[in-house]
Amino acid sequence: MTPSASLKSTEPRLKVEGLKTYFFLDHGILKAVDGVDFHVGEAESVGIIGESGCGKSITAQSMLQLVRGRGQIVAGHAVLRRKQGEMVDILSLDPDSAEMRSVRGDDASIIFQEPMTSFSPVHTIGFQIGEMLRLHTKLSEAQIRERVIAMLGRVGISNPEVRIDEYPHQLSGGMRQRAMIAMALICHPQIVIADEPTTALDVTIQAQILDLMRDLQDELGMSIVYITHNMAVVAENVSRVYVMYLGRVVETTTTERLFKDPKHPYTQKLLRSIPHPGRPVERLEVIEGSVPSAVDPPRRCGFFTRCPSAMAGVCDAAIPALTKVDDEHWARCFLLSDEKEAEDEWSSL
Amino acid sequence: MSDTTTSAPAPRPKKVQDRIDRLRAQYSTGGDRRRQRAEQLYSASQWQLMRAKFGKHKLAMVSLYLLILFYVVAILADFIAPYDPQERSRQHIFAPPSAIHFFAPDGGFVGPYVFDSRTRVNPKTFKYDLIVADNADMNPVVLFPKTDPYLLMGVIPMSVKLFGTTSRQPVFLLGADNLGRDLFSRIVHASRVSLFVGFGGVLISFVLGVALGGISGYVGGKVDVIIQRTIELVMSVPQIPLWMALAAAIPAEWTGIQTYFAITLVLSLVGWTGLARVVRGRILSMREEDYVMAARISSASSWSIITRHLIPGFTSYLIVHITIAIPFMILGETTLSFLGIGIRAPDVSWGSLLQQAQDVVVLSNYVWLLWPAAFVVAAVVLFNFIGDGLRDAADPYAK
Repeated sequence: MTPSASLKSTEPRLKVEGLKTYFFLDHGILKAVDGVDFHVGEAESVGIIGESGCGKSITAQSMLQLVRGRGQIVAGHAVLRRKQGEMVDILSLDPDSAEMRSVRGDDASIIFQEPMTSFSPVHTIGFQIGEMLRLHTKLSEAQIRERVIAMLGRVGISNPEVRIDEYPHQLSGGMRQRAMIAMALICHPQIVIADEPTTALDVTIQAQILDLMRDLQDELGMSIVYITHNMAVVAENVSRVYVMYLGRVVETTTTERLFKDPKHPYTQKLLRSIPHPGRPVERLEVIEGSVPSAVDPPRRCGFFTRCPSAMAGVCDAAIPALTKVDDEHWARCFLLSDEKEAEDEWSSL
Repeated sequence: MSDTTTSAPAPRPKKVQDRIDRLRAQYSTGGDRRRQRAEQLYSASQWQLMRAKFGKHKLAMVSLYLLILFYVVAILADFIAPYDPQERSRQHIFAPPSAIHFFAPDGGFVGPYVFDSRTRVNPKTFKYDLIVADNADMNPVVLFPKTDPYLLMGVIPMSVKLFGTTSRQPVFLLGADNLGRDLFSRIVHASRVSLFVGFGGVLISFVLGVALGGISGYVGGKVDVIIQRTIELVMSVPQIPLWMALAAAIPAEWTGIQTYFAITLVLSLVGWTGLARVVRGRILSMREEDYVMAARISSASSWSIITRHLIPGFTSYLIVHITIAIPFMILGETTLSFLGIGIRAPDVSWGSLLQQAQDVVVLSNYVWLLWPAAFVVAAVVLFNFIGDGLRDAADPYAK
């Protein structure tokens, strides 16, 4: 993952390095995100997949410094190219500063997983979508209204002139998700983080929403990070995939390669546990057990407890490093490389 | 425009970096203790979790200890109060709080003592002034002085008090009243009535509130309408006149203890309405939940649905309600007694002690008569702090 230093066009739009987001609890440190690297190119779609509790959503929230309370981003950099072209390390900004707020919504925005609870029930959706423009532009109210109506029409909401004055409860789930997308895209952000954008929707709506996002991406040229546990979303929409497990990226490669030739035992098991329509099986293969607790995790491979090919004395002695195993293919496993992850000041805590 | 090769580490804002450094320092030690604690927490019951959370609420913990001290004092009133609440001293009418000296007039340390003193009416101002002779005797204040035999809590025969003087000169910690009675002793004895009136009152109003509110919410329909209109009726009558009317119905010849229970009843008959409303509201919203539907499908009876499925849903609220309701009862009793329709002499409560402070002239001359009010305020505030801590601890969803 060496950034090409010379050519500006290949410089990624967002490049995250060594992101660590910890939650400082009474009974220990919950290492929700423990050293994640990823990058997104211009107008590219990448996917971050993993099962519940592996740190996907916290990664997304860390990108906009939305982690609050006991949570703290303790290390890492997230360099974003802003609209005017200047590079800014998001994580070096004060979370409450005007600059950080100018990034949120305008340069980078996020689509949350629950459209039901992400809207305020006491304001019209038009007001809530228009708020983005009110904060980031100097448009007049009439212009804002015009833009919001246009955007609602763009995301496929029928009768946008009427819908703009409706409240969230008057919309169906799919409509609300569309409104959510409209809100995220109204300022034409450089990068959109879609945190399980289709989880709450039924399949037909899912397909429509994903098509819509793809169309909008072609039209507006934005980069999208899909955060999901849905393999179908990944297979159809993204060019590269990051597989996360217990706060770390365990494997990353192009979508095609990932499905054809997964290297990490976790990815292999994960892909084998997907049902294939038309291919009857007795029982679906499952990964035994569940993700271990991320509170004060021992220094060993996170998948050690569930891995079919775990090697005692090797896998539980150190954490493997993410190493290149093939062209455009990195994985984190001692079966593939002996390289260990370097320790830092947080490792021993 | 900055260099495009960047990923050059930009420093974090100082505020953020400071927080990170602080957290790292804080968590770099005591890891084993935390892990041990985590293991305990994983297997902890709901009550243990609540206790652990409450223990972290410092204000509530301090309040709890202070309040326990209050109640211990109330229970051991006979021992802690140096004098009987009715014991008069004609030489000490309106005596101010005694000055307790530790050094003899010549400068040597002799331990606590009070001078012989008395009060006399000043013929010009008609105010009782304290008179201490130039060569007055020194009366040491000692622990456990001998007194007349008495029964502690009505059963344990005792003949010592916690503290006092050994001579005839009394020590007035908080001054004396219009008959020369020790205010501190009276406050300590009064705390029995004032602190315990809350429990009885809350118990009755709690049962009434939960039962009527529960029926109202669960049954609905006409029953609901009747109960709700009754609540509105009770609530709409101004509280003090209602108390007065009910208190006036207490026969004058009843003994102190009977009056006490009657007052408790009066307070609770007025006090159940708020709780009933909240219980009804909770039950109304919770009976629509799917788990109640599931219980009904498995043919649970109404009674078991209410007690097993609905009430546990707001136990935490009920606990908090009780701690918040007790100080209201204390205030209610104080109000009634202050107005002269509650606890009657010779029994004492904080409210009846405050009756003496009704006269502005008396009060301006002898401010220490307001001391009972300080105890009322303290008790109420302590209960509220504890309620606050309980609310935080009992809410399973609070962070």
